[in-house]
Amino acid sequence: MTSLPETTERALGLVIDLDTCVGCHACVVNCKEWNTGGYGAPLADMNPYGAEPEGAWLNRIHTFEVSPVDAPASIVHFPKSCLHCADAPCVTVCPTGASYKRSEDGIVLVDESMCIGCGLCAWSCPYGAREMDPVENVMKKCTLCVDRIYNDNIPEEDRVPACVRTCPSGARHFGDFSDPQSNVSQLVAERGGFDLMPEMGTAPVNKYLPPRPKAKPECATTTTPASVQAEVGGFLGWLDRALEKLGKD
Amino acid sequence: MGGDGHNLELSPHVSDEIRKTTCYMCACRCGINVHLRKGEDGQPKIRYIEGNRDHPINRGVLCAKGSAGIMQHYSPARLKKPLLRVGERGKGAFREIEWEEALTLASEWLGEVRQRDPKKLAFFTGRDQSQSLTGWWAQQYGTPNFAAHGGFCSVNMAAGGIYTFGGAFWEFGAPDWDRTELFMIFGVAEDHDSNPIKMGLAKLKDRGVKIIGVNPVRTGYNAIADEWVGITPGTDGLFILALVHELLKAGSIDLDYLLRYTNAPWLVVENEGAADHGLFARNEAGEPLVFDRQEEICVSSKDKAVKPALKGQVTLPDGRKARPAFELLAQKYLSDEYAPEAVSERTGVSASQIRRLAGEIAQAAFEREVVIDQPWTDMKGERHEKMVGRPVSFHAMRGISAHSNGFQTCRALHLLQILLGSIDSPGGFRFKPPYPRPIDGQPKPHGGCKPGEPLAGPHLGFLRGPEDLLLEDDGVTPQRIDKAFSWDAPMSSHGLMHMVISNACAGDPYPVDVLFMYMANMSWNSSMNSGGVMKMLQEKDENGDYRIPKIIYSDAYNSEMVAFADLVLPDTTYLERHDCISTLDRPISEPEALADSLRWPVVDPATQGEGRDVRGFQSVLLDLGGRLGLPGMVREDGSAIYKDYADYMVNHQRRPGVGPLAGWRGKNGDQHGRGEPNPEQITRYIENGSFFEAHVPDEAHYFKHANRAWTDWAIEMGLQDGPVENVFQLYLEPLRKFQLAAEGHGKRLPPESHRVRIKATFDPLPIWYPPFEGQQLDENEFPYHAITQRPAAMYHSWGSQNAWLRQIHGANPLYVPGAICDEAGLVDGDWAFVTSHHGRIKVPVRRMEAVNEKTLWTWNAIGKRSGAWNLDDDAPEAKKGFLLNHLIHELLPPKADGLRWSNSDPITGQAAWFDLRVRIEKADPQDHPVSLPQFEPQEDGLEQPADQLTYGREWGEGT
Amino acid sequence: MHPAISVIFFTVTSGAGFGLIAMIGAGMPLPGGLLSAFLIPALAGGMAIAGLVASTFHLGRPERAWRAFSQWRSSWLSREGVLAVTTLVLFAIYTLIWMVTGERLFWLGLPLAICALLTVYTTAMIYAQLKTVPHWHTGLTPLSYLAFSLACGLVLAGSLGGHLQPGSLAARLSFFAILIAWLVKYLWWKRAHGASLSAFGSTMETATGLGAIGKVRLLERPHTGENYLTREMVHVIGRKHASKLRTIAVFLGAGLPLLIAFGVWILSASTVWLVFAFVSLMAGLFVERWLFFAEAEHAVSLYYGGRED
Repeated sequence: MTSLPETTERALGLVIDLDTCVGCHACVVNCKEWNTGGYGAPLADMNPYGAEPEGAWLNRIHTFEVSPVDAPASIVHFPKSCLHCADAPCVTVCPTGASYKRSEDGIVLVDESMCIGCGLCAWSCPYGAREMDPVENVMKKCTLCVDRIYNDNIPEEDRVPACVRTCPSGARHFGDFSDPQSNVSQLVAERGGFDLMPEMGTAPVNKYLPPRPKAKPECATTTTPASVQAEVGGFLGWLDRALEKLGKD
Repeated sequence: MGGDGHNLELSPHVSDEIRKTTCYMCACRCGINVHLRKGEDGQPKIRYIEGNRDHPINRGVLCAKGSAGIMQHYSPARLKKPLLRVGERGKGAFREIEWEEALTLASEWLGEVRQRDPKKLAFFTGRDQSQSLTGWWAQQYGTPNFAAHGGFCSVNMAAGGIYTFGGAFWEFGAPDWDRTELFMIFGVAEDHDSNPIKMGLAKLKDRGVKIIGVNPVRTGYNAIADEWVGITPGTDGLFILALVHELLKAGSIDLDYLLRYTNAPWLVVENEGAADHGLFARNEAGEPLVFDRQEEICVSSKDKAVKPALKGQVTLPDGRKARPAFELLAQKYLSDEYAPEAVSERTGVSASQIRRLAGEIAQAAFEREVVIDQPWTDMKGERHEKMVGRPVSFHAMRGISAHSNGFQTCRALHLLQILLGSIDSPGGFRFKPPYPRPIDGQPKPHGGCKPGEPLAGPHLGFLRGPEDLLLEDDGVTPQRIDKAFSWDAPMSSHGLMHMVISNACAGDPYPVDVLFMYMANMSWNSSMNSGGVMKMLQEKDENGDYRIPKIIYSDAYNSEMVAFADLVLPDTTYLERHDCISTLDRPISEPEALADSLRWPVVDPATQGEGRDVRGFQSVLLDLGGRLGLPGMVREDGSAIYKDYADYMVNHQRRPGVGPLAGWRGKNGDQHGRGEPNPEQITRYIENGSFFEAHVPDEAHYFKHANRAWTDWAIEMGLQDGPVENVFQLYLEPLRKFQLAAEGHGKRLPPESHRVRIKATFDPLPIWYPPFEGQQLDENEFPYHAITQRPAAMYHSWGSQNAWLRQIHGANPLYVPGAICDEAGLVDGDWAFVTSHHGRIKVPVRRMEAVNEKTLWTWNAIGKRSGAWNLDDDAPEAKKGFLLNHLIHELLPPKADGLRWSNSDPITGQAAWFDLRVRIEKADPQDHPVSLPQFEPQEDGLEQPADQLTYGREWGEGT
Repeated sequence: MHPAISVIFFTVTSGAGFGLIAMIGAGMPLPGGLLSAFLIPALAGGMAIAGLVASTFHLGRPERAWRAFSQWRSSWLSREGVLAVTTLVLFAIYTLIWMVTGERLFWLGLPLAICALLTVYTTAMIYAQLKTVPHWHTGLTPLSYLAFSLACGLVLAGSLGGHLQPGSLAARLSFFAILIAWLVKYLWWKRAHGASLSAFGSTMETATGLGAIGKVRLLERPHTGENYLTREMVHVIGRKHASKLRTIAVFLGAGLPLLIAFGVWILSASTVWLVFAFVSLMAGLFVERWLFFAEAEHAVSLYYGGRED
């Protein structure tokens, strides 16, 4: 069924902290290596050593430059994968029922054995979360590592998406958004987590945390140190007094 | 079956076996879990690589490079068999030979040279981490010409730190991530210590600690910094000294710390014009003197319970005058020369920002001091009830060190740390065992050479003055081919690998017969003036013989350098080899633990590809050592002692009881640090995840430079053999000794041509001077700086053969500040010519605002020679990628007297990559959009790679 | 959006085919006789089927195309499949009866015509439903598809019926059908002109959520080469190029056919001439449809730097 479940028991997803992401691509590549040997078809690469190498990836990092009016431009590294939307248009447009959202946990998946590779789901997604595999010609997307998070064959502490487990800078968090007490819900509440393109009405589950405000070069100087040079005897006079004080301790 | 009627296996089989080893996708040395699963051919194949959660370096995380290890291991650029050159050098035409033939040939070449004139072998290694073996091998061979790549990497950072406080960043020490209250990071893109820094930054973000990034380019770590100081390249020293100026002016320095742990109170002789002017006043035992301000007498700095003065001229017992080093220091930096207003224009940092940052540093250090309830005893026997720290920490790397003023800049940064009292105090910088290792615990360099005999000691070390230079009897001619430890670069503790090929080609100071290199891409991204180096490697003498007659090169992959070798020894991939990351070299320790680690063949090369016949380079080196009969490598009967590198790792003893691996020593494997070899040692490492960790006692967690408990533990662990004094050298006397020589004092005097420069740059207190290249050029002609940054997802040249990583960085644009774009009429997608005093390159352009306004930059080492690494001749790396190296010469522009200095730091010889000055102009849009220069495509005998890759197909559920 | 030839051919050709089926079903006067009863439906069905077959070239796994009939409750693409087959089955029955009896049953023809037009409607809705492509996300999209489909059907039916009827009525109808279709397209274009992503409230700032900090600009794509998304959805066409193509589309699709239809109407010439109008119209529509895709801006392009016009 390509209809969306009315509710899901849980709403699993990611919080991505743009304040912490250094753009190292660890999540990107670890995702690739986990998934190319796992769920469904491999993530193929065409002309891997040729003039135009190009493959399917489930997670990519964009780099944006943001220019405030009154401060120097800054850089934001921006990881992006499927947001597992509550109102996922990619599911309802699917003509075959291959695209579905799990009622248990809200994960949006493609049943590759049913996919005809029409690409309409990718067209319906504003985020660019779906990529057609160039060899198997079926739609690939982030599975939230559904083959890890419930996998009895791996240690319990590792039952998180590969991108979360590998992220060196702690910029990715995994959890249940339907539970207001969960780590992810708390982070979103504390840090003002936001949706990407809310105007699309997709109600993404994944949330992004904004970069914290940056100090401006010319911001107010409340901490300018006093000058001891101006005191009696200048610097050396201060030194005498300071040493004397030290001697008494 | 999922609940939605779809077939979904939630618990698929992952792997048949997990083998734990050490990553080698960069120099960070993380622990990895390699998941193996049977492949289609029935052989074990790598299913997945993840970080090892127990590992001290990475605690389970793994970067992009590490995660792409599968593609590195199965790279189609892997060499398969030993190769013997058949065509002209540089072409890449070889014939495959058997190992026996290769090793016989190599030992003939090397043996003949050893018996005749061992210095005619130049043996230099690149990014390997086996210097304790390769250095020892070269020492036993007897050539003075050995070094690794430190000279063109970050020797300023390492030497500046060791000389100043017996440590440095990265492998030597780390910020106290858990306690620091302010963190400042200079000139670091992704370089070394990649995962620990990211993990550390995450901790700071968690605690809301302010991060200040000082870097001309605002990417990566600087992107997430709370404040960015977009400094002009090469001016970091000036910026730091302005901070010092402000802190001194405010009295925001830790005087108690300076008195206890530094040479601030040591008396400096004032005897203008004499041979002792500026040296420390010492007693007969050679101990530096201080002036006790209460007793008002000169006493040894080593005496207990002295109350040293920090100012005032003193008359020494022999009547000479002297003054505490601190007063000289204060006078120097309080001068208006270092006032924020005076440095603002040069550094590109406003005076108000400098002043505010100094205030924030002072506030964090002195108003948020960290106190740990941990009693400890210092080296003078004084008991302290608490550990009190100044929670300001710093980290720096190549951005500040790869300049011709880098040594002094690194010293300036350490001066700042020490004035704040933040070296190895809670919240500051922390040493990692075996550090601290101050100069007094470090060897001096060894040279000289006699046919058939080993060298007297290790090649590399830390000289104390001109007397330790490695010069011929004339007092001028360098003993070493790279001219390390000569007047050109006296304190070149890591050698000058970047000068080896040009010196050897020019026969200056002498030609070599065999150039032997390992894992160093000298004909491409590891050299300045890459095109010139390629020519030198091909250059022939009047008889038609190559000027560098024989080149032996070992590499696992078909790099650009392979094409220039006469004999190629194919190395294994990192998953097929033994390696040790040893306490004899630079281990993987963290501040609270001594740790070392190893690699082992988690897969057998014979099962990893058809016809694959490769050997780990270190095993090959030991084999050659055996064939050459090198001392320590053969028994009396001439048979080889070590079967291979693994055998050496277990059984070699550098000193009795101390070997390459520290863990599980002794017959029963129950001793750590010191103990007899244990035949089961490697097995014990593997069982423990391929690393060993010994925790530093709580009492020794901080103040290791002066901590009795630390010293006792370090001796017990075999890190040192006795107590070593470690007084932080704010005033660095060895530098003053060189100045004195330049002033005409002493037995060994620099040539006249060198004197002005040595006098000016070898200041015993950190100074700043403009980078040389900029000084010698017309700023109007070359108005901009050009630098590189290392991308986080690529390591040197290795990454481009990696099918996954090369999709992320397949080409590199030149990032150009918006204002320069507007002036030059450049928009995204345009091509431009960039010109330096040495060369001209053509590059694709991208506009950027978040960058210093005078700085152009690009990613490091993305550009490739066409045909190298088994990539398509038209690979984007070759056609759109480029190297800045073509613009950088190994020599500076000629001076008025026609002399050309090396483009290096005058003190250490560190290659001054980041001094580059350029101009930019738009290329004709109609012109062919290909980067320039281009070179003849490199040939190879490797199989053409497949045009599609579906890795892991055999394990997937398929569709 | 990437203007895939298979999809352009599909929408134009099957649009015309279903338009003709609708005209046949609606009882447009056509020549009698077994041959006509065979050839005319063969032409209509042939065009509809050729288009549908072409559309499967766009599929990654065409052998599984049958699965697309299952999700008619939620998916416009599935509905299109179901309706297309329903229409073709009805049309086959209708044709069989026509061939056997020579009768064109109105009670069967009417639902057939409705089904044919509904098929065209569902095709258009595949595009019109996409919020991610503001150009398409409008009721004018199905209206324009229907209008072109009808125009094609009318012109073709008119030209085929030329032997029976005096030219003027068919020509007049054709003239107005073409005119109306292009008027709709004009309205569509006019709307599209203002229907940028930003007009819909989507900008690089909303895409990244970074607007509160400042103006957002792409510095680096995630990977240096192209990928599926950039090729499929970040197709960039120069403004000059587009306006040239639009002129060609209007000339071939509107100017020439209208002139021919007007000539046939005024001169009461044989409607056979309308064949040329049909050919020209189809050629114009291929260009129009190319632009329909190529000019459409997809939201994902915001993550790739937006469009550089």
